[in-house]
Amino acid sequence: MLKKSSTVRFLTQTILLLFWSALAVWASEPKGSSSHGTNIFAPASTPAKSIADLSVFVLVITALIFVVVVALLVYSVVKFRARATDAGREPAQVYGSTQIELAWTIIPILIVVVLFLATARVIHAIQDAPEPPGAVEVTVIGHQYWWEYRYPKLGIVTANELHIPVSDPSHPTPTFLRLLSADTDHSFWVPELGGKTDLIPNHPNRMWMDPQRSGVFLGQCAQYCGTQHAKMLLRVSVDGPEEFAAWVRAQQKPAAADAGAIAGRRVFETNACMNCHAVAGTAGDGRFGPDLTHLMSRATIAAGAAKNTHDNLRLWIQDPSAIKPGSLMPAMKLSDADLDAVVSYMETLR
Amino acid sequence: MSSNAITMPGAQIQARPWVDELHQWLTTVDHKRLGVLYILSALLFLAIGGVEALIIRIQLMRSHNDFVSPEVFNRMFTMHGTTMIFFVAMPVLFGFANYLIPLMIGARDMAFPRLNAFSFWLSFLGGLLLYFSFFGGSGLYGAGNAPDVGWWAYAPLGSRAFSPGHSSDYWTLALLVSGFGSIGTAINIIATVLCMRCPGMKISRMPLLVWLNLVMAGMVLIAITPLSAAQIMLLIDRYLGGHFFDTQAGGSAVLWMHFFWIFGHPEVYILIIPSFAFMSEIIPVFSRKPIFGYPVMVGATVCIAFVSMSVWAHHMFTIGMNSYANSFFAITTMAVGVPTGIKIFNWIGTMWGGRILFKTPMLFSIAFLFQFLVAGLTGIIQSSAPVDWQLSLSYFVVAHFHYVIVGGILFALFAAFYYWYPKMTGRMLSERLGKWHFWLFLIGFHLTFDVMHIPGVLGMPRRIYTYEPGRGWDNLNLIITIGAFIQAIAILVFLANLVISYLKGPRAGNDPWDAWTLEWSISSPPPAYNFATVPTVASRRPLWDLKHPEDPDSRYE
Amino acid sequence: MSAVTTSFPNTAAWRLPSRGKVAMASLIVAESAIFTIFVVAYLFYLGKSLTGPTPREVLETPIFYTICLLSSSLTIHFAAKCLARGIEFAFLGFWLLTIALGGLFLYGTAAEWHRLIYEHGLTISTNLFGTTYYSLVGLHAFHVTAGLAMLVIVAVFGLSGRVGVKQSGHIEVLSMYWHFVDAVWVVVFTVVYVLGR
Repeated sequence: MLKKSSTVRFLTQTILLLFWSALAVWASEPKGSSSHGTNIFAPASTPAKSIADLSVFVLVITALIFVVVVALLVYSVVKFRARATDAGREPAQVYGSTQIELAWTIIPILIVVVLFLATARVIHAIQDAPEPPGAVEVTVIGHQYWWEYRYPKLGIVTANELHIPVSDPSHPTPTFLRLLSADTDHSFWVPELGGKTDLIPNHPNRMWMDPQRSGVFLGQCAQYCGTQHAKMLLRVSVDGPEEFAAWVRAQQKPAAADAGAIAGRRVFETNACMNCHAVAGTAGDGRFGPDLTHLMSRATIAAGAAKNTHDNLRLWIQDPSAIKPGSLMPAMKLSDADLDAVVSYMETLR
Repeated sequence: MSSNAITMPGAQIQARPWVDELHQWLTTVDHKRLGVLYILSALLFLAIGGVEALIIRIQLMRSHNDFVSPEVFNRMFTMHGTTMIFFVAMPVLFGFANYLIPLMIGARDMAFPRLNAFSFWLSFLGGLLLYFSFFGGSGLYGAGNAPDVGWWAYAPLGSRAFSPGHSSDYWTLALLVSGFGSIGTAINIIATVLCMRCPGMKISRMPLLVWLNLVMAGMVLIAITPLSAAQIMLLIDRYLGGHFFDTQAGGSAVLWMHFFWIFGHPEVYILIIPSFAFMSEIIPVFSRKPIFGYPVMVGATVCIAFVSMSVWAHHMFTIGMNSYANSFFAITTMAVGVPTGIKIFNWIGTMWGGRILFKTPMLFSIAFLFQFLVAGLTGIIQSSAPVDWQLSLSYFVVAHFHYVIVGGILFALFAAFYYWYPKMTGRMLSERLGKWHFWLFLIGFHLTFDVMHIPGVLGMPRRIYTYEPGRGWDNLNLIITIGAFIQAIAILVFLANLVISYLKGPRAGNDPWDAWTLEWSISSPPPAYNFATVPTVASRRPLWDLKHPEDPDSRYE
Repeated sequence: MSAVTTSFPNTAAWRLPSRGKVAMASLIVAESAIFTIFVVAYLFYLGKSLTGPTPREVLETPIFYTICLLSSSLTIHFAAKCLARGIEFAFLGFWLLTIALGGLFLYGTAAEWHRLIYEHGLTISTNLFGTTYYSLVGLHAFHVTAGLAMLVIVAVFGLSGRVGVKQSGHIEVLSMYWHFVDAVWVVVFTVVYVLGR
């Protein structure tokens, strides 16, 4: 007997030690940066907040069920363990009890009813919300492995970094997204702004968000879409009203025509780049790859896979698989001179 | 207590040359040998699938790791999922069903022994076909390599346009072939249970394991076939120019999802119901009481089988169904939790007032109860569709379903191994190694899968070969990986136990656990013909009646 | 035998269903599920083809061949009944008639497909209608073919005098399959030629 209880004590201590260490290791990690995180429980928009509140409600109910059932389990394991004193005798052979069965059928049914009512309310509130007149409309088109954004009413086409206005609860200016796909299935997930909705070819979807805090919100594609699913990142910049208006104006302009970048522009136009990429105001109107008209207004390239720096840009154009192996952009095999020229040209596209 | 077996003491069959022995095994139609073959092939694929899991975990140990390329990683998670579900979980459960059902109903074999063998070999060859994909020649991109489209092969990713070459075809054909094997086994189980019970064993007197496997077999008939149908459609798309899932021609990617999950959800109940069956046999024996509420357990299982056919689109909450559809699937999913919960309560009710013996099978069973409860509750959390709009496709789901499959099904399987290994081999598994196996695996399991819920809540999607630093996922993933390795060590201890005990374990005798169903009335291992004379039973626990003639169960039924 | 004291005094009274029938019923349930999925796909895609011939333009209701197939259910039923009574000659007659009717049905399907492909240019890859039509009707025709193959094997044994009253259980199981194939045709016919136009 003594041996058994000391084993139990040893094991309990080991387990507890491991868990506290794990917790400490986890807590020690430096978190966050200047942008917001991706925590479901840090909602910044109404749909995200409704979901977070519902989650807490559901969590509390399931936690209660957990506590009750585990208490019964632990009690029965402890109280009814076989002791040396009752060797050979069998306990009372009980076959069942209709009353008890009824009790533990009816109570769960009631819990289900409560959970369902809370759930249905939030489903309707989010999915069936009407679009107010002041809403910003964006069409999101998923590609392997980047995001295309079109603002039909504003005449803007851009890629990978979404700019939307912050929404004041008293005069809401939510953003309504229409979700389409050019190839396979994707999913738009920015946890702090809302739940995810999939982008499925031939099956347009709709979602909305009304962020109440400005800043950059992160997320990424959540539906496996191929080799570089992992690096199809999302970057949503929630701007104050003036900032947003300024951004819109800048995006609506055609590409800056910088005389110093003529050589690079020629490389761009004669090397099949423009078959995939569009630059407004030039002959380039390809739609297979991201629109580059205002490339330099973006903080990252390759759908967030790398920061938008000179070196990264050069590396990306030289050999995309160095940053994102499996990306559908081919290495163009440019000479160093052509490469430098086209990078300089890209850097004028503000 | 005399046994029905006619094994003459001292009679020793002459040892055969190993080639003959091998031939016997390869051509057997004996349900016991086929059961063992199913189990051994499942253990082989468990080891392979486990290695795939470890590769995944090493790659995810820290952000921007480069242990494997994205292409290899994507093949790893596809093969890991496909292997574990179709070539580990299903075969091992069919194996136990095959072994035990005839014994428990007093029959000499399954209804169709040759169909039984055919089904096993279809299943095994399906597994080999799937793994042949690795060697199928890596030529052009995607041509002849392991499938990398995820174990659901969502359209249009599985179409010719996005999956050139033959990797997806290996996935499709391997599952089609083994799917037909599963249907064969299901037909066999149903015919056996309905047509070959020994006299006196009315349907209401069958052991719960038999009942639950009957329900499972019925589900296989109507759940596996939608997948087969969808796979035939995929093959038509890929090879005959069909447009079933061709979105460019007006086809629907969502239709594939519906067909897949109409299979996929009942499939997980097909896996868990036999696990419930193990628990319903083992917990009573080690609590020294009959199962609490036998009719309710049967009714709840049938209820689960029916309701589980109506919940499938809870895997599709994010695809843009309208609010009524989402609400419907939310409530059906919550509803299926009710009969499931009832079963947990009944198992606790069985232990209540008993005399619990903490042998290894019971340790795994108690852990099962705790873990299955947690798994069920995280399922309820996700059944609330808006919550699922956040949690779906994240590591929360991965944690949830591993909690069910590893924490539930695998723990129940371990209990079944320790409980029935003596019957199958005539030797006891080592209790000492069993306890090492249990505690190591328990610690590793919880370290991995408890922690894994957190990255999901922090926004980490699934099926990504790497991730960005600074999102709070790094250290969590490291801990998860460490837990995975602890589990791997525990599995090695288990495999060692299986081998060492086979060679040197103490002899088991007919009935080492003092149990009550018919398989314990014959020798360990049983003779080829199982029962010398077909038994007659008068209650649900025929051996209890024999051992306690003053207080037989037959008086209370 | 020292098992439990039997409260089942007369083991002869212990009757369980026939294995063959239970197994065939289970197979039919499984096959029904497969057909259901193809029917669902057919119905879902009605009217959704982007191009190409529509059902209304090209389909001709195969009344004659349907009557052939459905009558073959009748003839196989009589065949089984005759065999159960030991009238082997009549059994063979009805059995061969069943094969002939089934064969006629298959011929009808082949003729229709020939017309659709060569006169109207409708193939499995033409459009959604083509894909779902050929798959569904083809899956059914495949099952008819498999059934016919089994009927022919039995006919061969029957003609050489090897099928008697003792085999009537097996014959009943096989005729269950044949009835199933006919029932599926009723559904396919309704969905494709009645609802679908």
